Amino acid sequence: MGLIRSPESDPILVDFASEIGSVGPVVVRGGGTHWDLGGGSDPAAREVRPPEGIVGIRAEEMTVEARAGTLVSELHEALRPFGQRTSLPESPGSTVGGTLAVGWSGIARLGRGQTRDSVLQVHYVSAEGRLITAGGPTVKNVSGFDMCRLLVGSLGTLGCMADMILRTRPIPEVEVWHRVVDVDPAEVLRRCRTSASILWDGRSTWVLSAGYRADVDSDLRALSELGSLRPDHPPDLPPIRWSRRPSDLFDMSRADAAVGRFVAEIGVGVVHTENPVEPSPPSPGTVALQRRIKDALDPTGRFNPGRRVGGI
Amino acid sequence: MFGTRLRKTRPHAGDDRCVADLVAALGVERVRSDGAARLLASTDASIFRGGAAGPVCFPDSTPQVQACVRIAAVHRRPVVARGAGSGLTGAAAPLGSAVVVSTTRMNRVLEVDVENRTAWVGPGVINLDLTHHLGPHGLHFAPDPSSQQVCTIGGNVANNSGGPHCLAYGVTSAHILAMEVVLSDGEVVMLGGLDAEPAGYDLRGAFIGSEGMFGIATRIAVRLTPDPPAVRTLLLSFADVDSAAATVGAIIAAGLVPAAVEMMDRRCVEAVEDFVHAGYPRDAEAVLLIDVDGMAGGVEAQATKVDEIARGLGGRVRVAADEEERQLLWKGRKSAFGAIARIKPDYYLHDTVVPRGKLVEVLRAIHEIVDRHGLLVLNVFHAGDGNLHPIIAYDSRQPGMSEKVREAGREIIEVSLAAGGVLSGEHGIGVEKRDFMPLMFSDDDLDQQARLRGAFDGLCMMNPGKVLPSPHSCSDITELTEAKGDLWG
Repeated sequence: MGLIRSPESDPILVDFASEIGSVGPVVVRGGGTHWDLGGGSDPAAREVRPPEGIVGIRAEEMTVEARAGTLVSELHEALRPFGQRTSLPESPGSTVGGTLAVGWSGIARLGRGQTRDSVLQVHYVSAEGRLITAGGPTVKNVSGFDMCRLLVGSLGTLGCMADMILRTRPIPEVEVWHRVVDVDPAEVLRRCRTSASILWDGRSTWVLSAGYRADVDSDLRALSELGSLRPDHPPDLPPIRWSRRPSDLFDMSRADAAVGRFVAEIGVGVVHTENPVEPSPPSPGTVALQRRIKDALDPTGRFNPGRRVGGI
Repeated sequence: MFGTRLRKTRPHAGDDRCVADLVAALGVERVRSDGAARLLASTDASIFRGGAAGPVCFPDSTPQVQACVRIAAVHRRPVVARGAGSGLTGAAAPLGSAVVVSTTRMNRVLEVDVENRTAWVGPGVINLDLTHHLGPHGLHFAPDPSSQQVCTIGGNVANNSGGPHCLAYGVTSAHILAMEVVLSDGEVVMLGGLDAEPAGYDLRGAFIGSEGMFGIATRIAVRLTPDPPAVRTLLLSFADVDSAAATVGAIIAAGLVPAAVEMMDRRCVEAVEDFVHAGYPRDAEAVLLIDVDGMAGGVEAQATKVDEIARGLGGRVRVAADEEERQLLWKGRKSAFGAIARIKPDYYLHDTVVPRGKLVEVLRAIHEIVDRHGLLVLNVFHAGDGNLHPIIAYDSRQPGMSEKVREAGREIIEVSLAAGGVLSGEHGIGVEKRDFMPLMFSDDDLDQQARLRGAFDGLCMMNPGKVLPSPHSCSDITELTEAKGDLWG
């Protein structure tokens, strides 16, 4: 007999599970902000809306529980009076569940951490229509296998996320964007520890400085010694997003003109470009292992058919 | 006697042929089948004793690990990977005469990439050795378990290890980028990658914390953390435990994330003072050892705020004046377990997590439980993330004592879970808490975890009998009669 709160105690989750059911292709649609990712969904799949609403803000624990359909912007709005937020990136209309299903981190990953590391517990519906608990409610937990990490970035192909507990972080005392021209972005990374984001388009560098006032001021003095500095907004990001090793980004300015305009996340390795680039294929052993995981958790392939995660 | 029993000392039938095959593949110097080697590999740092280990292999390359796994499969023997053997849940103690694969020879730092802040290491590299190796680069590996002088990076991966400084920096999973892994069919796969967001399911994340049941990591890419330019250590002392716990809550509520917030109760302080003379105040009922780190301005601001909060709640504050004093204060914390060994011959170190807001309530309940059983408890733990480590010191030679300790342990788990906590914060499940998993997870939950395990290891030959309670664990390959026992015998 379990001693912790069962997801069955939330009738909204129970309704969601019965709507998912146990047969037939199904896809959960959040904000639809990245709907074509992984090749788009099979039109035969029945679309289900995720449950919405913030379940509880536990500011003293630095955690928050929200249902999957909650807007990330709404979540952060509710956390702001407590001086907290999550690592999840915000884009207009994006939901908490959708953001986890996609798994991407935001442009301030350098300072705010990765999306995948912020997930403590997930309630999801299994392929058999059962409500499952993965992880646990506390900020630290190694009880059982880490199903939470597996769900992040799985594009809804392994389970239908219903509700999640996320770790929150304090909002820094100061957060300010500047633009510097003609500096080596690697030098910014080395010298300015308050950099929560360093974006570089080959000419200009945008820096989000975040932290205590005295430290940000000290970093801004260092930045102004490197090049001319002025307050700015972050640049618009080109539409295609791909993943590289952080050091590969410095070669972008010499790269094939085919990528078009680019904005690189220095120190992280994500780069945003105008035009797509062929991603490197995953190793064959990994493809087979991923296939086995998909088959084990969704034996009939009913979750988000048509959508391909990685190489499978 | 629970502490010394060995259930099975006879080698497994057919052992000679298995040993011969391993020797042929690895060389005679990399396979040990003598009684001493088997005995050493039959246990970890917990009180659990598994069956006698099968032959113990010391491969020094990925192909040799593959050979071990393939030969074990031919002989229908399970495989147990072993790092330093410093685990506390029996997870590395083999069941069913497993072939033990020791990673101690795979102990080289293979490559340090300062620009990308990553390093490739062998699984047998010792945690603290890695950080020492990185010192000249101004980098370190953030997870710092109390056993960091002996525990290995491979073991850290298997347990998703924590440590005092995981409060601010996160546990092992946040610091591993990629791993080369040998699966139970002998295949080698690369999980994760060095790029920002590797494609596909996060197999890396699924593998970390799998307690040796998904495969054997043979090369590990770790994320390196820049050393903080400034660090300050504060020792706060309180006339009662409640004020200390309230201080922890107030620090977090004020939006501070210190690098570490450790708590010790009076008994623990006394034991430590008798042992290493760290200068802790003996008249305090509880002390908090706090590190704030980062750039100078933030360190100053955080230290000032912590000082203000602590004094407001009746605490006394001592700030380490220099590095020497800082090291001495931390030596006290890190020597706690050694100090406790001087009180009683045996101790049982527990590990649960509760919401920070429930610390006082759960600590009181633990004292009540322990008093009722007539036992002695000391507390030294990661208060900042609610990770309790009650230590029950006892003498297993006294009749009935082990049973009492066991019963108290079960009750501590129950009060932790009832308070909204979890079974383990950093030690893992292993054998110790395997049969408590149904307190936290439903049959359906456990079934999902078993399916994930099956996808990695369809043969159920990697460290069987751990983590998942029967009937969620498969035991078809081997005689797992021993696995029916638990930590205590």
